[in-house]
Amino acid sequence: MIKASTNLAPALEAILGASHVLYDPAARATYAVDEIIPSAVAIPASAEQVAEIVRFAALEKLALIPCGARTKLRIGMPPSRYDIALDMTALNQIVHYDPGDLTLSAGTGTPIAKLNATLFEHHQFLPLLVPWYSHSTIGGTIASGIDSPLRQFYGTARDFLIGAEFVTGSGALTKSGGRVVKNVTGYDFHKLLIGSLGTLAVITRLNFRTFPAPLAGSRGFVASFPTAEGALALRGAIAQSPLTPLTFDVVSPGLAQIFSEKTPAATEAAVFSGEARNANHSTLAPIGDWFHPHEWQLCAAFAGTREVLDRYRRDFTRFAGESRATSTAFLDDTTRPSMWGRLRETLSVLLESSPATIIFKLSALPSHHVALFAKLQEIANHASLAHAFVARAGGTIYFALLPPSANAEATTHLAQAATQILNSVSAAGGDTTLLFASPALKRALCASDGHAGPGINIGCSSRSDPPLMHRLKSAFDPENIFAPGRFLSCLP
Amino acid sequence: MNSGLVREFEKLLGPSSVLYRPEDLLLYEYDGSVEKGRPDLVVFPDSTDDVSRIAKLAAKYNVPIVGRGAGTGLSGGALARTGGVMLVFARMNRILELDIENQRAIVQPGVVNYELTRAAEPHGLYFAPDPSSWKSCTIGGNVAENAGGPHTLAYGVTTNHVTALELVLPGGEIVRVGSRHGDTPGYDLTGLFVGSEGTLALVTEITVKLSRKPEAVKTLLAIFDSVDDAADTVVDITARAITPAACEMLDGWTLRAVEDYIHAGFPMDSAAVLLIEVESLTETVATQATAITEVCNAHHAREVRVARDNAERDLLWKGRKNAFGALGRLAPSNYVLDGVIPRSKLPQALRRIRQIGDQYGFQIGNIFHAGDGNLHPIVLYDPRDAAQFQRALKASAEIIRYCVEVGGALTGEHGVGMEKSELMPLLFSDADFDLMRRVHDAFNPDASLNPGKIFPLSKGCGEIRVRPQTSSRRSAA
Repeated sequence: MIKASTNLAPALEAILGASHVLYDPAARATYAVDEIIPSAVAIPASAEQVAEIVRFAALEKLALIPCGARTKLRIGMPPSRYDIALDMTALNQIVHYDPGDLTLSAGTGTPIAKLNATLFEHHQFLPLLVPWYSHSTIGGTIASGIDSPLRQFYGTARDFLIGAEFVTGSGALTKSGGRVVKNVTGYDFHKLLIGSLGTLAVITRLNFRTFPAPLAGSRGFVASFPTAEGALALRGAIAQSPLTPLTFDVVSPGLAQIFSEKTPAATEAAVFSGEARNANHSTLAPIGDWFHPHEWQLCAAFAGTREVLDRYRRDFTRFAGESRATSTAFLDDTTRPSMWGRLRETLSVLLESSPATIIFKLSALPSHHVALFAKLQEIANHASLAHAFVARAGGTIYFALLPPSANAEATTHLAQAATQILNSVSAAGGDTTLLFASPALKRALCASDGHAGPGINIGCSSRSDPPLMHRLKSAFDPENIFAPGRFLSCLP
Repeated sequence: MNSGLVREFEKLLGPSSVLYRPEDLLLYEYDGSVEKGRPDLVVFPDSTDDVSRIAKLAAKYNVPIVGRGAGTGLSGGALARTGGVMLVFARMNRILELDIENQRAIVQPGVVNYELTRAAEPHGLYFAPDPSSWKSCTIGGNVAENAGGPHTLAYGVTTNHVTALELVLPGGEIVRVGSRHGDTPGYDLTGLFVGSEGTLALVTEITVKLSRKPEAVKTLLAIFDSVDDAADTVVDITARAITPAACEMLDGWTLRAVEDYIHAGFPMDSAAVLLIEVESLTETVATQATAITEVCNAHHAREVRVARDNAERDLLWKGRKNAFGALGRLAPSNYVLDGVIPRSKLPQALRRIRQIGDQYGFQIGNIFHAGDGNLHPIVLYDPRDAAQFQRALKASAEIIRYCVEVGGALTGEHGVGMEKSELMPLLFSDADFDLMRRVHDAFNPDASLNPGKIFPLSKGCGEIRVRPQTSSRRSAA
């Protein structure tokens, strides 16, 4: 797979200086994507250097994959080519922040945690509480399209990313949007970067709208149910009420058990105004006995003044009674973080829970969830596979199969179950994305011609829009040098 | 226009769906902007299939197509700059589905914004984007321009509420992008097409989110003796991270014109008022209203009134939303600008607008979405006075230039259209235009859809030749 251009080393060193290019096999191996190791790692220090590298790569037809903290590089299909890893972590400065405008512009390699530490000084934050929180960069988070439990209240990055600067496949430093919160000047290219896995452009800078951090004195709420129907009924009641909780997620018994038994390696993250200074960098506390490992739970968080907190307490208690919760608990600032940290880190916790975890992102309307939950469990049980999942209020489900071991037989078995899941979600009018799986399983799910099956990455046969996505990819990256094959796997 | 083409369109759609006589076309040569452009033919499709067949026929004759909703746009987006076929969505005005449980609606592009809210209201839901023209503008037009409105401060603009689109591409191909759930795998094509001003595809069906009506609303009217104090109040509200649902400013000159006409209760002797709305739980609204009142008082508000009931609230909003109509009483025509600045720059921007007005000899009024820094200076002019009109355009361009200088953008919600295409180089480099052109050409390779928009004519797409007779600015109507 290593396609070493004879020009590679001198060209990269001429652009970056020798100390910013890595060839050492051990170093390169840490940049592997689905077991494919790049020939070199380039660590640019500026957007201009990125553009130079891209121009060189376009000329030499070398494949590039940009990366940040490399926590989510496993998302996507195996790349068809991969010559240079572009380590963007040196572009890690906050370029512009005016607290009075609630807007911020920062280099793509800026860790979210670092950025939020600055924002918290002004009682603001960026509501991207994503897994691997303490390492994740803003660029990697945007490119991977990973969401946060807070999307319930604040929306996804699509709702607060207001501009970007990026390098196109022809090596042009380009931008869209701006630093104002309302703007319709030109095409919204920055939205296309969300979830693009580095296949359209190399992001160099991102502009966000920031938000007032919720008040300290927030509360958590957990209600337990013997059946999914009960938890979903409570979720429906909250959704139809005037309440606007920050999060409300339904946790399956399988995930509840993992949450109870395992403490993720992640640290606690400050979320609320006033917490920042004494942010607790220790690992998360064990979850309390208010959490029932073998039941369905609805977990919510809310914030506000004392009157508002009282209102939530009253209404939640009433709704939980009406939906026949077996128990309910209100969490305070000492107990809430143990639940929030786990919900935030769900993906990393699931990956740690099995040697061969596969995780799907399923998107289906909330009204289909009762039937879909039943179908998903039936598929997993029939295949004798442990499973765990969380469903966000808006309809996004992170569903994991947890096989006890990784081997060829397990791969075949998993591929069958995966296909059934895709078909079930599709029948419910939903969409499936395979987020995390072994390279072997990803390949097994591809058709014999090497193209991904319907819906596994982007449903190349079940949707009418992939041809438009191809046109877009060609417009941004005419030489197909950005992460080829990783996304839109029907592309060559 | 080629009479053979007229006959073919009549054969395709029926004679009652095609207009081609000059006196009929006159009605379609203008929109809410100061621009003008006359189509050669106006057609009224009934269905997506009609739109697709129109696109195929137009492609066969190599004539451009321009989509149009109610024609309330303010940047010339729905004008036939280079002539051709104007496709008016007036008859595709059905609400196809209200999905109450999932809070979604599927609508045809010709549905009037307010009609959707009216249909959803009995279920406690509404469509959040609320441009001032909401009682006449269409959702298709809102999608094309990514329209805003006063309440987008808290709830976001059109793009934040659209989850899927059905599109017709220039060759007539029908494609669906996005999904009803809104979390579609792949590139966010919906996000690209919303706000693309009809330059990439024709939108024939729209899936939108419906929002839940808040439990409680409080509407405050803060009255100031100085514009600077009002502007400082807005900056401070933002800086203190209070997020009202809407925060609108009317300066004294504008509000007097409005009050004369609408009698909304704006005090005639004030220098500026802020119309601020907070929406949420009853408990939250009370706290927010108190906090906002404190900020207003800290900046020397003469008085902060709270609307006592819905009637009073509606009257205040009527004053705001019909302000542009009220100004029609003062001059034969007015030019509503749309610039956006970082919110902290509001006081200095308003001072600069006054200076520019003085310099060019105009009284420039301001009635705008202060909370998100979206300025709407209004220049009153007489279109029969060509020299004055040219001066008005120069003053306007200078204001927009200033917005860019302080870190803002050319347009917050009206779109680039014809109005600002030549100002685009203030913000975008050749490299930026190159990518825009590539993406444009990926969907609309022959520039047959809405040609002459967004791109400066010198950096246009395909072969755009603007006919001299239709490119002239709007004259006395």
